[in-house]
Amino acid sequence: MEQKTKQEILSVEELSVSFSMYQKGLRKGNLEVLHKLSLSVRAGEILAVAGSSGSGKSILAHAILGILPGNACMDGRMLYKGQPLTEKEKKGLRGREIAFIPQSVDYLDPLMRVGKQVRGVRGTKERQRELFRKYGLEEGVERKYPFMLSGGMARRVLIASALMEDACLIVADEPTPGLSERLTEETLKSFREMADAGCAVLLITHDIDLAFKAADRIAVFYAGTVVEIAPAEDFRKGKEALRHPYSRAFLEALPQNEFCPLPGFQPYAAKLPKGCLFAERCRERNEMCMGEIPMRKVRGGEVRCVHAR
Amino acid sequence: MQGDREKGLEARDVGFRYGKNGSWILKGVNLTVRPGERVGLTGPSGCGKSTLAKILAGYESPLEGEVLYDGSPLPEKGYCPVQMIYQNPEQAVNPRWKMEGILCEGWTPDAELLRDMGIEREWLKRWPAELSGGELQRFLIARVLGPETKFLICDEISTMLDVITQAQVWETLLRAADRQRLGMLVVTHSTALAKRVCTRIVSLQEINQS
Ligand SMILES: Nc1ncnc2c1ncn2[C@@H]1O[C@H](COP(=O)(O)OP(=O)(O)OP(=O)(O)O)[C@@H](O)[C@H]1O
Ligand code: SF4
Ligand SMILES: [Mg+2]
Repeated sequence: MEQKTKQEILSVEELSVSFSMYQKGLRKGNLEVLHKLSLSVRAGEILAVAGSSGSGKSILAHAILGILPGNACMDGRMLYKGQPLTEKEKKGLRGREIAFIPQSVDYLDPLMRVGKQVRGVRGTKERQRELFRKYGLEEGVERKYPFMLSGGMARRVLIASALMEDACLIVADEPTPGLSERLTEETLKSFREMADAGCAVLLITHDIDLAFKAADRIAVFYAGTVVEIAPAEDFRKGKEALRHPYSRAFLEALPQNEFCPLPGFQPYAAKLPKGCLFAERCRERNEMCMGEIPMRKVRGGEVRCVHAR
Repeated sequence: MQGDREKGLEARDVGFRYGKNGSWILKGVNLTVRPGERVGLTGPSGCGKSTLAKILAGYESPLEGEVLYDGSPLPEKGYCPVQMIYQNPEQAVNPRWKMEGILCEGWTPDAELLRDMGIEREWLKRWPAELSGGELQRFLIARVLGPETKFLICDEISTMLDVITQAQVWETLLRAADRQRLGMLVVTHSTALAKRVCTRIVSLQEINQS
């Protein structure tokens, strides 16, 4: 298999992230939002990350970029091209080899014209204009301030900004909301081209159609862990091809399928149950689900469920 | 003068452009949303869907034409019966307010609604930056479901939610819409979603003369 021989660009091993919070009174508590999470992205590959909102997708992105807030604390290992990715390394690679498209358009500097922001310190005007043209941003846009842009335009500015330099790893957190179909496709085409040129792409998205179409593999997040990693093909095939009950519930909830929501909610980080984090909502649970549930290889994918076959 | 509720929310010959010399984004737009009706608004990015949404919600004044609620202009004082939910929740909140204040600005949602929306009690004590995009959006939806709301303008409100939460939130929204006979304008790029939740679908390009 060719995939095996491609270099791992990013590997996240047993990553935990917690926030120190002031709870009742002035006692400090620790809220763990990512629990021993592992995944990797290879050169030439687009790995989509889908999953519950609040499951830690953006936190993972911020941890990779080294931009977690001050009250966050991190444990575990990250390797970039086989070398440890320390906070110091991240700082040097960020915006050069590692490009980031943030979820919030608030990342734009409100006081700087967008053309200047996108060029940054090293970018050229030619490259910036080329990207603006590609993403349908008219000539005049480069002289505008962020507040003058529509939601979709701001998003395109963020994309252009990430593609200014030749990155090896792109971390895109919800890059497409508010974009038309044509621009969404254009964005994906850019990701594909960059992947084909040897880049690794981590694409966080709620747009499942997008993930199905664009990704090579899909990782499904729930309550701060990965519950399933599988080839995108399996998601296209339908429920039976998937391994975890949560991934299957995902397909049932799509408006083009049953639009039927699985009842219940993701457990709150401060009150996590013992054993399987999905147990409360799972129709297939039994006594075996009460212990620690390891990630297992099943049918060419990985799953965190004792019953998956 | 007592208005006529059945007239609904109306855009009459609305024209709009940004700045004095900008090109017209909207021109001669007529659109009526009646109570109990959910109108899907579709069209390509940048064609003015969000602008029309803001005009109908009273956040932006039309340069031509008018917006009528029950046959009269939108009230300038007090709680506005037309409420709007945005696509980017972080831009719709005051970062210096805790979630509790943001949630209860217009009315105080009951425990049942908070449960239906999957809002944790502990989140009320947090700052907006301490919640994920999807968690924040659930607050912004709950906050406009008060009894005095008659029309809801929803601009791509569920693109920041996972698909299960999206289906849950729409279930709650549709229940509230039935109970209160809400009229809704639903801007979405997802045809599948529009077909599920709307009673009719309008293409902005077809009603826009610009
Ligand atoms: N600064 C913070 N302090 C405390 N908790 C936080 C903070 N930032 C995020 N969290 C919590 O961490 C969890 C993961 O958040 P994250 O933003 O990564 O979610 P997400 O998967 O990106 O969700 P979405 O799909 O809604 O964007 C959430 O439950 C959130 O409430
Ligand atoms: S481990 Fe048990 S509870 Fe968890 S998903 Fe699998 S069957 Fe359900
Ligand atoms: Mg996020």
